[in-house]
Amino acid sequence: MKPLRVTGHSIACAAGIGQQALATALHARASGLRPNDFSEHPLATWIGRVAGVEDVRLPDHLMEWDCRNNRLAWLALNADGFLERAAAVRSRYGADRVALIVGTSTSSIGATEEAYRRLLPDGQYPEDLRRPIVHTPHSLGDFVRAALGLEGIVVTVGTACSSSAKVFAQAERLLELGLVDAAVVGGVDSLCGSVLFGFNSLELVSPDPCRPFDIARRGISIGEAGGFALLERDGERGPWLLGYGESSDAHHMSSPHPEGLGARLAMVAALERAGLTPDAVNYINMHGTASQKNDEVEAQVVASLFPATTRASSTKGWTGHALGAAGILESVITFAAMEMGFAPGTLNARELDPSCGPQIRVLNEAADIRVALSNSFGFGGSNCSLLFGRGRDA
Amino acid sequence: MREPATVAHTAFVNGIALWAPRIPGWNLAAPVLRGEAAAAHQPAPRPVPAVLAPTERRRAPDTVAIALEVAARACESAGADPRDLASVFACTEGDLAISDYMSEMLVRTPTLISPTRFHNSVHNAAAGYWCIGTGCMQPYTALSAHTDTFGEGMLEALVQAQSAGRPTLLVAYDIEARGPLSTMAHSKGMVGAGAVVSPRAGAASLARIRWRAVHGTRRTAPLGRNAELVAGNAMAACLPFFEAIALEEARTVRFGLSPTMLLEMEFDFPTRNEGSSP
Repeated sequence: MKPLRVTGHSIACAAGIGQQALATALHARASGLRPNDFSEHPLATWIGRVAGVEDVRLPDHLMEWDCRNNRLAWLALNADGFLERAAAVRSRYGADRVALIVGTSTSSIGATEEAYRRLLPDGQYPEDLRRPIVHTPHSLGDFVRAALGLEGIVVTVGTACSSSAKVFAQAERLLELGLVDAAVVGGVDSLCGSVLFGFNSLELVSPDPCRPFDIARRGISIGEAGGFALLERDGERGPWLLGYGESSDAHHMSSPHPEGLGARLAMVAALERAGLTPDAVNYINMHGTASQKNDEVEAQVVASLFPATTRASSTKGWTGHALGAAGILESVITFAAMEMGFAPGTLNARELDPSCGPQIRVLNEAADIRVALSNSFGFGGSNCSLLFGRGRDA
Repeated sequence: MREPATVAHTAFVNGIALWAPRIPGWNLAAPVLRGEAAAAHQPAPRPVPAVLAPTERRRAPDTVAIALEVAARACESAGADPRDLASVFACTEGDLAISDYMSEMLVRTPTLISPTRFHNSVHNAAAGYWCIGTGCMQPYTALSAHTDTFGEGMLEALVQAQSAGRPTLLVAYDIEARGPLSTMAHSKGMVGAGAVVSPRAGAASLARIRWRAVHGTRRTAPLGRNAELVAGNAMAACLPFFEAIALEEARTVRFGLSPTMLLEMEFDFPTRNEGSSP
């Protein structure tokens, strides 16, 4: 494929708001996880909660969309100068020539949960939550459309934990066919009862801070995050999207293919689309959720596909698993790694699982990262791998 | 510096499927949409998702049952092997019954939530079951765009088909809202819409379309006589696509992509012989 330039990006996650804050936390190995203080009912686990979401006040003209998920989206839009960059792109190409494609797994279901907690005696929603747009999955896309003043293609992708990786692929196709000249992509997922107690029902949440790839890992730490990226055919600065790969496991709703066939297909397809071989990849940001199955299978596939010189790690010990926002969050981490010349390690891992090859690193390392891969795999067997480059030509 | 917003591409509708309670299947629906037959008086029972293992069929949520029915029928109609097709699953509201269940359980008994119902709550559950049931490892996506979900789903299917140069399956569906959520997410009954679109004509192409994205707000509404067949369902906006194909008359149909953007589809119906040459 013809590479696309990432001419702007932003991030808000538990480890920091803005790329600089996130990079500082990565360098300092300072985790954003804390004991669960979010759910109404107690649940003994650790979470990646973004500080200050509750205090965000949306501008008056956006109050119809007010809810935790869209407040987190607003935090992310205001980070890293993204609002200004998006406005510049809108005026350069026209509001109808910029696509908006965002991913989320639960969107603003938290508002629906709150309405059920506060139902009036006659079974009606409380008056302040009688806003249909925050009780539909497209709440996120519609909010960002209104916030950025866009007038073109607007869509919300919901493929669980691959959502905000797949948005890059969808945008690339629209640009390639000439339907748009630029795209705003990204994703937002916020803490809510559905995911905390849902993953709890599957016995997938860890009582301790998550320990990706550790032999004694006990499950995931659920996090929240929001992030955005601008994609153009070229621009003055920014990393490049070199390739992407998508596949389906065709195996099970909540468990990966035992040999990682789908994950392998996605990684290979990303390399092929970029015209690169595995030895060109300097760093892989793994899906690495710290669930038993994911880590074992993903580590084996990476060990069989990539040389020992390729560094790989999971950064979920810093941020928690941001679910539908994991794709954009970990894309931004690879941008920071390429820009700042270091490969993050795997926070909280102490003794690596025997399935890990020499690629998986525990410690941070200074490294010249020209090409980086980011893996995102979701429930329903939806896999997406994104390949980024510091330059247009790897 | 702006390019014209009218880049147009050609595609063929190589397979089709439609299910609504009173027109449960394309062969029953087509004459009704043409005004040549009356719709059934009694609503049909929920379709059986035959691609799933027998034990899974009865337990499948409504979204999965309706989506897998139209997905399978659209592939049959196109003479396509499901394992060969990338797919786009479009659903406005997700599984409204499971959202109601989850929200209700969270109020008092969150630790008793069913793990199966939780993993079936993801927006891509139907797509996941489709790939599990058929053994398809091609990519799928799952999306929503509120009132413009059908338009965005169709656009993404057309874009994928054009971009990869191969047929793509579109599956669009919505089910009935339950509980307090039904006061906000309005959807009645069950509607499923399926199509296989391709940049090349197939052996049994039903229509040829020229498609483009255009600025505008005027969406095509279902014909007056047909509107009640899907009325109240969140996917009702899909009907003009099926009316165009049933009527086999050249016409232009527009679906929303956002409040100010439309997917414009010009239908024409070359004879089979013409249709088979690109």
